[in-house]
Amino acid sequence: MANVTPEAVLTELQPIFEEVLDQPGLTVTRSSSSWNTPSWDSLAHIDLIEMSERHFGVKFALSELQDLKEVGDLVDLIVIKKADHNP
Amino acid sequence: MLDLDFCSITDILMKRRGLRRQLSMESGLRDLRIAVLGGTTTDEFVNLLDLLLLANGFRPVFHQSEYGRFYEEAVHNAEILLNFKPDLVYVHTSCMNVHVPPLNCAESDLASHVQAECKRYREIWASLEANLNCQIIQNNFEMPPYTILGNLDAVASGGLSRFLGELNVAFAEEAARRPRLLLHDVHGLSARMGLKQWFDWERYFSYKILYTAEANLELARSLNAMIKAIYGKSRKVLVLDLDNTLWGGIIGDDGVDKIQIGRETPVSEAYTAFQEYCLALRDRGILLAVCSKNDEGIAKSGFEHPSSVLRLEHFSCFKANWEPKHENILAIAKEMNLGVDSFVFVDDNPAERALVAAQVPGIAVPDVGNDVSRFAGIIAQGRYFEAVSLSKEDVERAASYAHNQQRSAFEARFTNYGEYLDSLEMVAEIDTFQPVYLDRIVQLTNKTNQFNLTARRYTLAEMESALRNPQYMSLYGKLSDRFGDHGLISIVLGRKEPQALHIDLWLMSCRVLKRDMELAMLDAIAARALESGIERIYGYYVPTKKNGIVADFYPKLGFVPAASEDPSLAGGATVWALNLAHYSKRSKHINVRDYKHG
Repeated sequence: MANVTPEAVLTELQPIFEEVLDQPGLTVTRSSSSWNTPSWDSLAHIDLIEMSERHFGVKFALSELQDLKEVGDLVDLIVIKKADHNP
Repeated sequence: MLDLDFCSITDILMKRRGLRRQLSMESGLRDLRIAVLGGTTTDEFVNLLDLLLLANGFRPVFHQSEYGRFYEEAVHNAEILLNFKPDLVYVHTSCMNVHVPPLNCAESDLASHVQAECKRYREIWASLEANLNCQIIQNNFEMPPYTILGNLDAVASGGLSRFLGELNVAFAEEAARRPRLLLHDVHGLSARMGLKQWFDWERYFSYKILYTAEANLELARSLNAMIKAIYGKSRKVLVLDLDNTLWGGIIGDDGVDKIQIGRETPVSEAYTAFQEYCLALRDRGILLAVCSKNDEGIAKSGFEHPSSVLRLEHFSCFKANWEPKHENILAIAKEMNLGVDSFVFVDDNPAERALVAAQVPGIAVPDVGNDVSRFAGIIAQGRYFEAVSLSKEDVERAASYAHNQQRSAFEARFTNYGEYLDSLEMVAEIDTFQPVYLDRIVQLTNKTNQFNLTARRYTLAEMESALRNPQYMSLYGKLSDRFGDHGLISIVLGRKEPQALHIDLWLMSCRVLKRDMELAMLDAIAARALESGIERIYGYYVPTKKNGIVADFYPKLGFVPAASEDPSLAGGATVWALNLAHYSKRSKHINVRDYKHG
């Protein structure tokens, strides 16, 4: 299986963010974060991580969870995790 | 619409908000104010419970305590709860919230540690009871994630497993005597799910959510069932199909002799187990009804099968006809004067399930599949019949009586083995081959290797002809005891000559070794032989790799060596003879229902 690209991951994250933040039509970018995105609070953050893990079939380590700030961090981490799964 | 009782957590997480919006628009929802006093982060759990309650006719409003402040909010800051005016307070704590005794805790100090911890919770409950007019639900505790002492953790007075076990007993006693306190059995819930699927350490250290999303869904489903029970929304009736649901096969085609029920094959055992599950539900107050496409008389004959656990009198309503099932179910509801929203319908046929689910709004139709061994587990997963208390009427009949009898008998000690055998209250049924048992007879004959004197194999046709041929003495034996029914476990096939009986086959299932069942079989053989004017029995032992345990079977029964008259016997085979002239009964510990010589 080919490795997933950051662009593809971002596209697939889009509906998850719309659902969790309950904002249909919301556009997320690599620089989206809880600072600049409405209703991205700490509880929504937990849901975003949980659903991203389930959607991509990956599990983040504790230290990785700690470093996730922007959507770009999440995208890159998922790309790395998926690459590890499909060498 | 998602089936929230059975769907995966992933499905719920992905659709929760849309579902919530949709469900909130329903009219006639009942307002319910719930305070959750948590020892860990409870938001995910509360969101799931919110959705489940909405789907069950409630409009919940939640208050969550500040993180970890379950004790303080209940005991010291009661005004928050007073202002919130909860209908229900759920104290949601975990093994992480327990004050544990030191590892070197002495056995004599353990009880006081349990009481000290229990006292902390008693303060919580007493304060809630005094200040609020609400129902209180308190969880008990899952076992710890790690056992510092390994297996000894469950034994040592300083072991956490031992401590939590005793604390759970103390909580159960408190719940039993406090009318407003209900216990949420997290211990059982977590065990059924498995602790490896229960704790989520990444989420615990990141957000102080102790549980996996799967575990939180189980918690929410279980609490939802309790809340429904508190408000009288538990279901009351189990409506059952017959063919391939309560027994294997089609009774109209196969006949009552051929349906699969009993202990004789794996499949029939599974149907028996499911009937026992249904009967256990009935014994605690759930009403049973039949809804089957069948001729009524033929359908009812299924419950006259000798191995049927369920009897006609166990059913409150019986509909077997050729009308569509949804119409029959509406008729059952009318006859029983109950709403279909208190019904659960179980049928192996997916088309019938789909029809009933679509045509009878409010009825629960779990997707039980078509494998009877899974029916009970799937029904249990639906949590339809949750009860908050058990009235005397609920537990009618002798169920508890029988249980107590069993216990008191086994508290006694036995001075010898015969006394032990007597205490088992064994009942045997011995008779000539019956058509209804032929499949089992052939199966047992061809798979029994150890307690099998000749290890001869027979086909179904051969056994059938032995049944009809008066030259053969064919006997089967069934055995049951106070702990249950072992089914058909012994077979003897003897060939009659004018002066002698040759035992070509004698075998017994190893599940009833050392029960003296062989003596009961010998009594039955002797009685029948004497009746035919035969005074000499010949037994044969043909050694195989596996039947060493019966090498001296015949001499132990008092047979003496005899000369072989059969040249086909070779390879160490031995021949034994018993003179019946002065035969007296050998079996002393089994109540034998010999259909001819009882």
